[in-house]
Amino acid sequence: MLKKNGVACKEEYMEKLPSDIRKERGPFAMIECFQRIPCDPCFYSCPIKAIKPMSDINDIPRVDFDKCNGCASCVVKCPGLAIFVVDLSKSSGKAVLKMAYELLPVPAVGDEVVALSREGKELCKAKVVEVRDGKINDKTYLLGIELDREYIYEARAVRVVDSDGK
Amino acid sequence: MIYTDLMIIGGGPAGLSAAKTVSDYGVKSILVEKDRKLGGQLVKQTHRFFGSKKEKAGMRGFTIAQNIENEIRKSGSSEIWTDSTVLGLYEDGVVTVLRNGRMEKIKPKKIIAATGAFERYLAFENNDLPGVFGAGAVQTLMNVFGVLPGKKVLMVGSGNIGLIVSYQLIQAGAKVVQLVEAAPEIGGYLVHASKIARLGVPILTSATLKGVYGNGKVEKAVIHRVDERFNPIDGTEEEIEVDTVCLAVGLTPLNELVRMAGCAMVYSGELGGYVPLRDDFMQTSVNGLYCCGDASGIEEATAAMLSGSIAALHACYSIFPDIQDYQEQMQRLQSALTELRAGPFGEKIRKGLSRAVVIKNA
Repeated sequence: MLKKNGVACKEEYMEKLPSDIRKERGPFAMIECFQRIPCDPCFYSCPIKAIKPMSDINDIPRVDFDKCNGCASCVVKCPGLAIFVVDLSKSSGKAVLKMAYELLPVPAVGDEVVALSREGKELCKAKVVEVRDGKINDKTYLLGIELDREYIYEARAVRVVDSDGK
Repeated sequence: MIYTDLMIIGGGPAGLSAAKTVSDYGVKSILVEKDRKLGGQLVKQTHRFFGSKKEKAGMRGFTIAQNIENEIRKSGSSEIWTDSTVLGLYEDGVVTVLRNGRMEKIKPKKIIAATGAFERYLAFENNDLPGVFGAGAVQTLMNVFGVLPGKKVLMVGSGNIGLIVSYQLIQAGAKVVQLVEAAPEIGGYLVHASKIARLGVPILTSATLKGVYGNGKVEKAVIHRVDERFNPIDGTEEEIEVDTVCLAVGLTPLNELVRMAGCAMVYSGELGGYVPLRDDFMQTSVNGLYCCGDASGIEEATAAMLSGSIAALHACYSIFPDIQDYQEQMQRLQSALTELRAGPFGEKIRKGLSRAVVIKNA
């Protein structure tokens, strides 16, 4: 119950997805913004105008999946850290999830991390495949993790296991 | 006696924006801030701001404060007095300020009070035990002084402050063991709630704090469920092992100064308490005295910044009616503020304002 514990249920987040065929075609942004709030930085962050114009600042952002190429510019600009990029087009058969990351320690490409669910429960192991330095975006990092396809819509955070095993 | 065009009391988001607007028109002003540093609550806000991109959304709070301060200093038309406390506003328009151990007397043409808000407290067993903090104190310790107030935290309140401070505690390395909210639903933005939920913070609504216990400091907290009328439900007590309790249960406007000057006040639960009656330009019932930001009603920082600019623009225009782009600028600020309050989160504010904004003038 999103309004009671902050955890979106399947019906809620599945609405944010493109058509099945578009999903396989390449990476796309999934905006997990479910509530009308006065906020619009995502709209301005998109270099190719793939987030549809808002008629008022309280509108819930919607992605034009024909335009979106999953570049993830919006992911690090959303103040709510509510945007994820989903990529199901990898030839490896694995899926890639990109998310904003503002915690320490910052993992490195190749590191193994634990993927967490919307409730913070451990889901599976994942491999870091991309780290976009926070220096270029006011300290918000972008992490890309590779994981089994079955977890792509469930994993929404990571726990970084640092060198002393924490 | 010091004479100036405008005096701005408070260097938080509203006061800073007011000083910035005044500087844009080259009008002389004095900005008085009781803290050593300008920025008010903004200096503790390490998260990115919501709101309109045009009104600095997406930037972190402390960066916004620093940028506005730099612009004010660059223009040079505003004097900045930090470490200075306004002692009183008097009937003859004189303001007294304690600065460097001296009492200064100032006679401004117009006064803008942007005095902010104070945190509410909560009644529960042993609420004076060390380890019980207000959310503002937690933010000051962590984000201004780099001190972690505790390791295992119970957060009370799910408004934006409770949700954001929970996230900041996690960033600082603490564990937020539980968040309780007495209302049946989360009060703040759901994206903030989701952000901490996915990092493992359990959010429990219709629940509140019964008491804290420990030997000389908080060692555990007891929470219990409440019904729709906030009455505790027997037999639902639950013990939680924590060393810190953080209260984020709302704010009340801090506006004794304008009351002292004799402003007509009105009580508005929606705006957080007693607020001054005012017109669309934030001018109170006392001619030439404006009140803006949280002092005029609790809202988000973006709204505070806009109301500060509106007050300052109108005050400048009242002194110098030949300001060229007045109509255009005022229109822009007013519509930005209206748009900000247009959504469901603005409903409460709109209701409160319908009683607080009563004086209409040109």
